[in-house]
Amino acid sequence: MDIATAHAQPKTRVALTINGHRHDLEIHPWVTLLDLLRGPMQLNGTKKGCDHGQCGACTVLIDGERINSCLKLAVTLDGTNVTTIEGLGTPDEMHPVQKAFVEHDAYQCGYCTPGQICSAVALLREGYARSREEIREMMSGNLCRCGAYTNIADAIQDVMEQEVKVGMREAAE
Amino acid sequence: MLNEKPVFGFPLPRIDGPLKVTGTAPYAAEYHAPGMLFGYAAQATIASGRIASIDTAEAEAYPGVAKVYTHKNRPSVAWRDKKWKDEVALPGHPFRPLENDRILFGGQPVALVVAESFEAARDAAELIRIEYHPDEPHTDITVERAKSYVPPEARKDSMVPTDPRGDAEGAYEAAPFKIDVEYLQQGEHHNPMELFASTAIRNEDGTLTVYDKTQGSQNSHDYVCNVFGLKPENVRVVNAYVGGAFGSGLRPKHQLFFAVMASLDLKRSVKVEMSRSEMFYLTWRPATIQRMQFAANADGTLASVRHHAIQATSLREDYQENVVNWSGLTYKCDNVKLSYELAKTTMSTPGDMRAPGAATAFLALESAMDELAYEVGMDPLEFRGKNFVSYDQNDDLQITSKELDTCYRVGAERFGWDKRSHEPGSMRDGNDLIGWGVATGVWEATLTQAEAKVRLFPDGKITVMAAASDIGTGTYTILAQVAAQELGQPADRVSVLIGDSTLPKTSVEGGSWTAASSGSAVQAGCMEIRKTLLSLAQKMDNHPFGNAPVEELAIRDNRLVLDRNDQMGLSIADILGHHGMSSVEGHGKVAPDQEQAKKYTSFTHGAVFVEVRIDAELGVPRVTRVVSAIDAGRIINPKTARSQILGGVVMGLGMALHEEGMIDHRTGRIMNHNLAEYHVPAHADVHDIDVIFIEEEDKMASPIGVKGLGEIGIIGVGAAVANAIFHATGTRHRHFPITIDKIMEGLPQ
Amino acid sequence: MRPFSYTRAETLGDAMAALAANPTARVLAGGTNLIDLMKYDVERPAAIVDINRLPLKEIEELPDGGLRIGALVSNAALAYHPAVTERYPLLASAILAGASPQLRNAATTGGNLLQRTRCYYFYDPSTPCNKREPGSGCGAIGGVNRIHAILGASEHCIATHPSDMCVALAALAAIVEVEGPDGRRDIPFADFHRLPGDHPERDNTMRQGEIITAVRLECNHFARHHSYLKLRDRLSYAFALVSVAAALDVKDGMIVDIRVALGGVAHKPWRDSLAEAEFAGQPATEETFAALADRLLAGAEGQGDNDFKIPMARKAIVRALKQAAAGTPQVQSDKRIR
Repeated sequence: MDIATAHAQPKTRVALTINGHRHDLEIHPWVTLLDLLRGPMQLNGTKKGCDHGQCGACTVLIDGERINSCLKLAVTLDGTNVTTIEGLGTPDEMHPVQKAFVEHDAYQCGYCTPGQICSAVALLREGYARSREEIREMMSGNLCRCGAYTNIADAIQDVMEQEVKVGMREAAE
Repeated sequence: MLNEKPVFGFPLPRIDGPLKVTGTAPYAAEYHAPGMLFGYAAQATIASGRIASIDTAEAEAYPGVAKVYTHKNRPSVAWRDKKWKDEVALPGHPFRPLENDRILFGGQPVALVVAESFEAARDAAELIRIEYHPDEPHTDITVERAKSYVPPEARKDSMVPTDPRGDAEGAYEAAPFKIDVEYLQQGEHHNPMELFASTAIRNEDGTLTVYDKTQGSQNSHDYVCNVFGLKPENVRVVNAYVGGAFGSGLRPKHQLFFAVMASLDLKRSVKVEMSRSEMFYLTWRPATIQRMQFAANADGTLASVRHHAIQATSLREDYQENVVNWSGLTYKCDNVKLSYELAKTTMSTPGDMRAPGAATAFLALESAMDELAYEVGMDPLEFRGKNFVSYDQNDDLQITSKELDTCYRVGAERFGWDKRSHEPGSMRDGNDLIGWGVATGVWEATLTQAEAKVRLFPDGKITVMAAASDIGTGTYTILAQVAAQELGQPADRVSVLIGDSTLPKTSVEGGSWTAASSGSAVQAGCMEIRKTLLSLAQKMDNHPFGNAPVEELAIRDNRLVLDRNDQMGLSIADILGHHGMSSVEGHGKVAPDQEQAKKYTSFTHGAVFVEVRIDAELGVPRVTRVVSAIDAGRIINPKTARSQILGGVVMGLGMALHEEGMIDHRTGRIMNHNLAEYHVPAHADVHDIDVIFIEEEDKMASPIGVKGLGEIGIIGVGAAVANAIFHATGTRHRHFPITIDKIMEGLPQ
Repeated sequence: MRPFSYTRAETLGDAMAALAANPTARVLAGGTNLIDLMKYDVERPAAIVDINRLPLKEIEELPDGGLRIGALVSNAALAYHPAVTERYPLLASAILAGASPQLRNAATTGGNLLQRTRCYYFYDPSTPCNKREPGSGCGAIGGVNRIHAILGASEHCIATHPSDMCVALAALAAIVEVEGPDGRRDIPFADFHRLPGDHPERDNTMRQGEIITAVRLECNHFARHHSYLKLRDRLSYAFALVSVAAALDVKDGMIVDIRVALGGVAHKPWRDSLAEAEFAGQPATEETFAALADRLLAGAEGQGDNDFKIPMARKAIVRALKQAAAGTPQVQSDKRIR
């Protein structure tokens, strides 16, 4: 297909629920979820670090699962729920993982941070990582060039322990 | 709660943290404007030669493309080299994008597509057809060393090798223990997580606000004004949040030029964001060869030190680092000869990367010291202690503070160094060969010229303003802490405005000098406020201060009080109210003390201890423990300070084990120009890291007693890892990075 | 990325019709490799057929005790499925050794089989590559070839297959089910991927218009004695320099069945079932494993930068088999080699 023809075809309709809000969009098929978020949606929290699934900065939750948004064409996500960092919490009302990142200084420049946090939220939900080394392994899809890794592991472990305590308390009641 | 705690030394969580963790801190590419255009660069696919032809017709016809720029239609810009030289420019000719048909380095930007959408710009850029007349690339330092030269113009005086002292050759020949070895380190790439980007917003009045990924908003501002002939007041550059840089953002990069060029030409707002692969061709830590001829006497004292380094640079600029001088000042030695040369390559101009010069130097210096310790038969830590020196022998200067010996002692205790057995390969746990290595690190503690404004309001709120940058270093937070400390307020009352060229003058953010310099400027501004408050108060009737000098005053609970009796005082609101003022401002300035510099010099120091475990058959390395003991003067914030060291250590692990730009020397292309094949450490590579600060307030290094933290954490880490690998396996690796294959081939049989 | 037309297929028939309508059309499932390559301008499909809606997401129990894995089952869902963790732990382990949790959530079973090489030259359109552009030459020969093949390479291509999962599937002798214009057919795993030969542009033996619908696993006896050992340049989130999927069926210390598949060393997951067969009945000892390793690597040839892979593969084969024999498989989050 030549370029003019491809551009002349009607845009594709997609319904996406982003952070609880439904959006009915018409977009070109070659637009990735990442570029849709950072561009037209102006949801800048999702970061572009490599654009090729090699760094994890663009991690978002799609129907609760962590995904590299740079490798997803938005048109393929019709009907899904997308949660970005903005959907997890706000500066005044932070998600427990966001709070733990602040407390443990689990970042420096802050650029990989939204991806790390989305990934950590999913990791906690998945329940496969328990030990420190499992956390390290299952966070390895999120690179941090500032080298905040140990603090990130501390933050995640902290939330994990809080959740265990809450779970035990609930079980006792 | 914060009110009750001393603000200095308190591990205050970053004040910009809630914005960063919620994705609401905007970085350079995250500003939007109606009608904004998007730029995307096309890069040369050869490393040397000329463009024979460039056909942009197909790209121009791509739906949504506004314009394609090449060397043939680049708008007119400054002609003289001087206009292109930024604050930290190098000897030589700065790179000018799209200047002519010449290709000076691989990946050079050769065209810019500007379009209505990011996708259109990116996709049209693929349609530009370029034919080249290629020349032979020159990218292999091991070949180009044959044409090495002493740089005719020094980048800085401190980078010129110190004059020889004693008789290095004679002492070497006479000494009983000696080594003569060569180290090779491949080029590294900064790879901050944020892609380089500039968003040039065209304001209604035709002025520009440029959001730039830079380590110096004022440096970018001046560059833009000079290159495009713009009035300073018509350009504002903002870098409020910087997604890492590590030196790569010190000099203006081509995306800044492109965004401003297109915005001025098309009279629209323009955003240009690089691709990750583009960033591999931007700048780099240069490949380096170091020859170390070291000798020791029978008692383990150093007899002779000769250090010769050859570093890669580009065709048009003489990038230089202080590599060899470290070998003349780290240990006591009376026979020293240092030399430094460059080799031209068809690569982009190298740039400062975390601890430029020192990170490279100590890789070789501290490996060589380990080699010599083993020649002498002395414990490597003891050998270092034996050669401790308390002054700077290169320039015969006193050192303002040096707690390196304490770093050795405390670090060794924490690490358990006394349980180390000397012989390589002698420590084993199942399949793991265990190795323990140590290395020293030294970095210059620098104070640069800096200014800051501080404003105190009647309710105790404070605003701090400086053009300083926070590239992840914690600048926002520590400047708040300094102001809070000096004006007796809790830190949460302080707003910090930085990262904006319109704010008080500050150098680029680099060299570990920001906390010392901008922190001291803020302190000076606060002092001015206290003086002003006192003089205002002393004009009031019945004030309690008599003729007390400002040094006897304090601010507590929003009152200006006598330090020895805080019942005696006046509220700030009353003082300002009495004079009809809504706030009081102080303007702080600091500059290096030239008189002091004739007698003294300042350094940060560190001792880093590393445990590696290596699979005895397969050579898989794991760095399982790191203890980093650091002497960096006063620590304003132990939380962010610790993070700086952690970051340095992690980048040092990458330097030791993983990081290398793999160049196809036939074409000059970097073949692993992506984050899948250029390996920076991942979570799984990094075990816990123990950071210890040996605190000492060094008021000669900087008025606030700070010596700086950004670089010292990485220095020595690479050598400590290499030394640990030697201890584990008995094989000395002199080619970095030490990848798994090299380790496997060096395993004991 | 080149512009393309987009079709969202609701049925397999839709998808096949869309593929038939355009010979340059490509199937899109997880997209983790295809979108990546399209952004690098390596893949330039004029049409994309999105098959994510097709009902290929089930893992079914088969009457013979095997499993049928739908082509759209994600790598993560497969690795953590109880039937897989209990009966095919080698497969689960290999999957978890690869990529990252994010990528494993997106990547699919069928897509993993169709991953393209990580060869630097394939990925860089400014360099010659016979796989990307037949007849343009091979940049990797005589170039930077640290990650390249030591077995089965040709003068036209020395690329390797990058998958971890496929190495386990090769060891387990999976069957690939495909459906196309000529109907359904089964492809034994050993025949699915090809060696480069004169046609490195062809990674596998699928025919024009075919779609992978499922991967079948037979009942096996390897749940106790297996290991997936992966060696790479950093400890996670990196492609294999060398990986080994080892599986053993041992009785009274003697080998009943032995399987070794290698990753990172050839254009396809490398397995030699004839060689394996010769070792049945021999004692499950290090000497036997070393003999098998020598046999498997008999024709190995380095390209310069990757010469180390030959001794590395030899050691890794022996080690993985020892781990398998001892019943102590490598745990992927544990970076200590057991």
